Amino acid sequence: MAMKFSENADRMDARYVAGLARMALSDAEAAQLQGQLDDILAFIGELKQLDVSGVEATDVATEARNAWREDVPEAGLARDVALANAPLARHEQFAVPKVIE
Amino acid sequence: MSDYVPSIGLEVHVQLKTRTKMFCACPAHEEGTPNVAVCPVCLGLPGALPTMNREAIRKTVKVGLMIGSEISLRSTFDRKNYFYPDMPKNFQISQQAAPLCIGGSVEIEVGGQKKTIRVNHIHQEEDAAKITHLENSSEIDYNRASTPLMELVTEPDMSSPDEAIAFLTALKEMLVYAGISDCNLELGHVRCDVNSSVRPAGTDKLGVKCEIKNMNTFKGIHRALEYELERQMETLRAGGKLTQETRRWDDVAGVTLPMRSKEYAHDYRYFPEPDLPPVTLDAATVEAWRAELPELPAAKRARFIRDYGLPEYDAGVLTADPAIAGYFEATAQKSQNFKAVSNWVMGELLRALGEKGETIADAKIAPEALAALIALVDAKTINMPAAKEVFQILFDRGGEPAAIVKEKGLAQVSDTGAIDGFAEQAIAANEKVAAEFRGGKEAALMFLVGQVMKLSRGKANPQLAADALRRKLQG
Amino acid sequence: MSAPLHELGFLEAADALAQKTVSSAELTAALLDRSEKLEPALNSLTWFDREAALAQARAADAARAAGDARPFLGVPIAIKDLLNVKGQPCTAGSNILKGYVAPYDATVIARLRAAGCVFVSRTNTDEFAMGGSTETSAYGPTRNPWDVARVPGGSSGGSAAAVAARLAPAALASDTGGSIRQPAAFCGVTGFKPTYGRVPRYGCTAFASSLDQVGPISRSVEDAAAVYQLIAGLDPRDSTTSPRPVEDVLPAVRAARDLKGLKLGLPKEYFVEGLDPEIEQLTRAAVDQCRALGAEIVDVELPHSRYGIACYYILAPAEASANLARYDGVRYGFRAEAGDLQEMYEQTRARGFGAEVKRRVILGTYVLSSGFHDAYYLRAQKVRTLIRGDFERAFARCDAILGPVTPTPAFRVGEKTSDPVQMYLGDVFTVNVNLAGICGLSVPCGFTAAGLPAGLHVVGPAFREDLALKIGAAYQHATEWHRKRPVDPQGGRP
Repeated sequence: MAMKFSENADRMDARYVAGLARMALSDAEAAQLQGQLDDILAFIGELKQLDVSGVEATDVATEARNAWREDVPEAGLARDVALANAPLARHEQFAVPKVIE
Repeated sequence: MSDYVPSIGLEVHVQLKTRTKMFCACPAHEEGTPNVAVCPVCLGLPGALPTMNREAIRKTVKVGLMIGSEISLRSTFDRKNYFYPDMPKNFQISQQAAPLCIGGSVEIEVGGQKKTIRVNHIHQEEDAAKITHLENSSEIDYNRASTPLMELVTEPDMSSPDEAIAFLTALKEMLVYAGISDCNLELGHVRCDVNSSVRPAGTDKLGVKCEIKNMNTFKGIHRALEYELERQMETLRAGGKLTQETRRWDDVAGVTLPMRSKEYAHDYRYFPEPDLPPVTLDAATVEAWRAELPELPAAKRARFIRDYGLPEYDAGVLTADPAIAGYFEATAQKSQNFKAVSNWVMGELLRALGEKGETIADAKIAPEALAALIALVDAKTINMPAAKEVFQILFDRGGEPAAIVKEKGLAQVSDTGAIDGFAEQAIAANEKVAAEFRGGKEAALMFLVGQVMKLSRGKANPQLAADALRRKLQG
Repeated sequence: MSAPLHELGFLEAADALAQKTVSSAELTAALLDRSEKLEPALNSLTWFDREAALAQARAADAARAAGDARPFLGVPIAIKDLLNVKGQPCTAGSNILKGYVAPYDATVIARLRAAGCVFVSRTNTDEFAMGGSTETSAYGPTRNPWDVARVPGGSSGGSAAAVAARLAPAALASDTGGSIRQPAAFCGVTGFKPTYGRVPRYGCTAFASSLDQVGPISRSVEDAAAVYQLIAGLDPRDSTTSPRPVEDVLPAVRAARDLKGLKLGLPKEYFVEGLDPEIEQLTRAAVDQCRALGAEIVDVELPHSRYGIACYYILAPAEASANLARYDGVRYGFRAEAGDLQEMYEQTRARGFGAEVKRRVILGTYVLSSGFHDAYYLRAQKVRTLIRGDFERAFARCDAILGPVTPTPAFRVGEKTSDPVQMYLGDVFTVNVNLAGICGLSVPCGFTAAGLPAGLHVVGPAFREDLALKIGAAYQHATEWHRKRPVDPQGGRP
């Protein structure tokens, strides 16, 4: 999928990225965030000065391994408890506005 | 020959047969009453964390072992980000950077031609919740959320809808065999994304790929592919251009349609799942899991043909279900007549099970009893109609065939004196037929044998009856 | 007359309850009374339920009367409003969790419950722990008890302010880039971030999963050690917890008197331009104190330190962008009414999240997005490796590292809210500890001329909580800074 970014400049479109994150932005908000995010990107861009060739990425922060669970069922939440927090429940299910595909 | 060559690749999602979900201890496969198998983890509550189901990982690795994948000794989970209400966290825990199984292949056969379909990888992931779309709203049941899934991704090695179905059939058979999944299509245990493209015959570069999402019947996949391949070829023949896109199959209209999706729908922003440490396996564990693998259908078929001298057809029918194959082997071990065992299992036994809607596990007829029944037939102690009667009794309530034969008085009459008497009676009552036989009409004898059987109330040895009739008519 | 009940620390309260000189109900009521009195000025708490807390306290008293001798039975503790306590709201300082009532206990809560602790109140936090001042909370900024015109630090500013103001003997907090240690330093209390994987995160509303760690804020290192021991250890519900057993560190911590035989590293990178001169002077004085206690002070290098903040502000928002995707109005919390699902998502999140959360979610989404993932996210993961390596090399030369916790003392409310980069720079000494996954302790080490507290940072190797705590305890045994308390603020908010 084509991104609405310019690849050579690290200029991001705050409104477009907010769309990816499913957040509506007002015009004023978008303008303010755009300025702040440009500052932040300029700041974090300093990492580009660093030579990281040959460095492994830290993809795991824990020393734990194989923290797996045996296949034995446990009781979870009672349905009324699970549904109690639902903004809207119907037919013992979580109800949401219609999905337009 | 066609001017275009199709390439088909499949992404097959299979629900694994485990007791609990992939990332929490809620019961898996809870159908029916909604939202009864849910907890903070599979509802995506604030602060909840996933935990790995070892059995799901074991099952996925076993699939890899069955198809000859390389098993990753270190594999990791990743988050695949997208918003949809069936995904409680709005990301799916999946594997992208280091899946559990790499490579492998599955043999298929279509129209007598054998072909190897390469598998790119198999990864572990979690299923989504069930969402029901109503007119003005949608309702979500999270029972299915986080059910263990394996996703098997093939290379685009299939070139016809038949090959795609043959692949799925072979895979399904394997998975059911090894107890990996029930592969119940109605329950959505197997779901496919179908990728297809066409390229001009004689060229190598794959054409533009279209993906048909979320197919869950083999018949649907076949029809969708037939339509889609034709659509692509027609477009190109008419001088049109194809665009890479995601489509859906409309089963009622019998067409594929482009899905309306937002431009950014495919930016999944994968990154390593920080809440799950890597899965590390050692060679000993992998070998122990390999040792648990059952004999695979293809190997079993070959062995049935070789060791029991069965026709390919019989071997195919008998090995389609591992339980039936096991029953056959248990019976064959007690019998000398393997083909007869095969006939009985394929014929009477499958028929009787089908009528009652039972599985072999429910059958009351022990393999020893079936073997004994076959021995009685072979020794001509009983004839075929009687044997079928005995079989039904054994099937309904079990028991020992010799005792039933005795109890019901079903033993064949092989007493030549008695048979001679029946033969004379039959000839006397059917002079006209007897005359026809004497006039050279060989088939008339069979009618008279039938009359002898009738007079003996089915117990006469038909061979002896025919001998007696022939002697009297020709003598 | 003996000291008022609210002056009791965590272990002191446990002793007083064990000796039955006070009941849990009396102690809890005293803290709640005080909370009611001071909260208008501080705003350190998001929620408390007098009846629920007292019921828990009375049950503890009844159990004790019946012979229950659990050492922390009936001891009150405040909980950061990020941790799920069954039956209580858990807002994470956000409007988007309005109305959500936790149906389960976080593991650390279950452990404190099993120990008999009373959950006296919930403390304010920056929204989803994103901030260094507790100003991003949807429930308004918390004030620093030493100067209510100033921030208490963050994100656990509510916990630090409540402990400093004696609204609770101790509090649970969480630390992703300094959120326990920095507010502890700003409020003149003790804060401890254990090693990553030491304390279960199950039930702690996630900000950045590879960095978050739960820990205590208290009035002494001894108290911090006591709370730490109650909550630490392997949790089958948190796959990232370490299987290492948790040793009983309390006797050694209580007995710590000197630092003989210890080599403490001083990174030159921590004393650079941007460090407030008063903070530098107070830190150096604290280092001298450690030397006087018998420690050998050695120079160490952490050459990639300066990249820590940039690295952190890529990785943490990236993880947060996924962790916060679940707040969508479907299953719990706030939902904006809308005609279709997409609009519901976009409006719920637009109205439910505050500005700082939006900034970070957008930033995190961007650094993971196709075409930018390698340049930002992957590169930051590699820099994280370099930063971990720095500490590994440093710990080959010393037992623990000393330094300042914050570059400045507490700043004024509103001073940095419009300039996120300035706010982020406040994490300069703390984020690297999270990136390296090691443990860090903040202990009070004096006051500026304006009367604002400063903190000494004691950084220990992974799973050497015992060492960091012993060093802090020896320092506190020799100093009085941690015993200083602010004058009670008067009236409402300034």
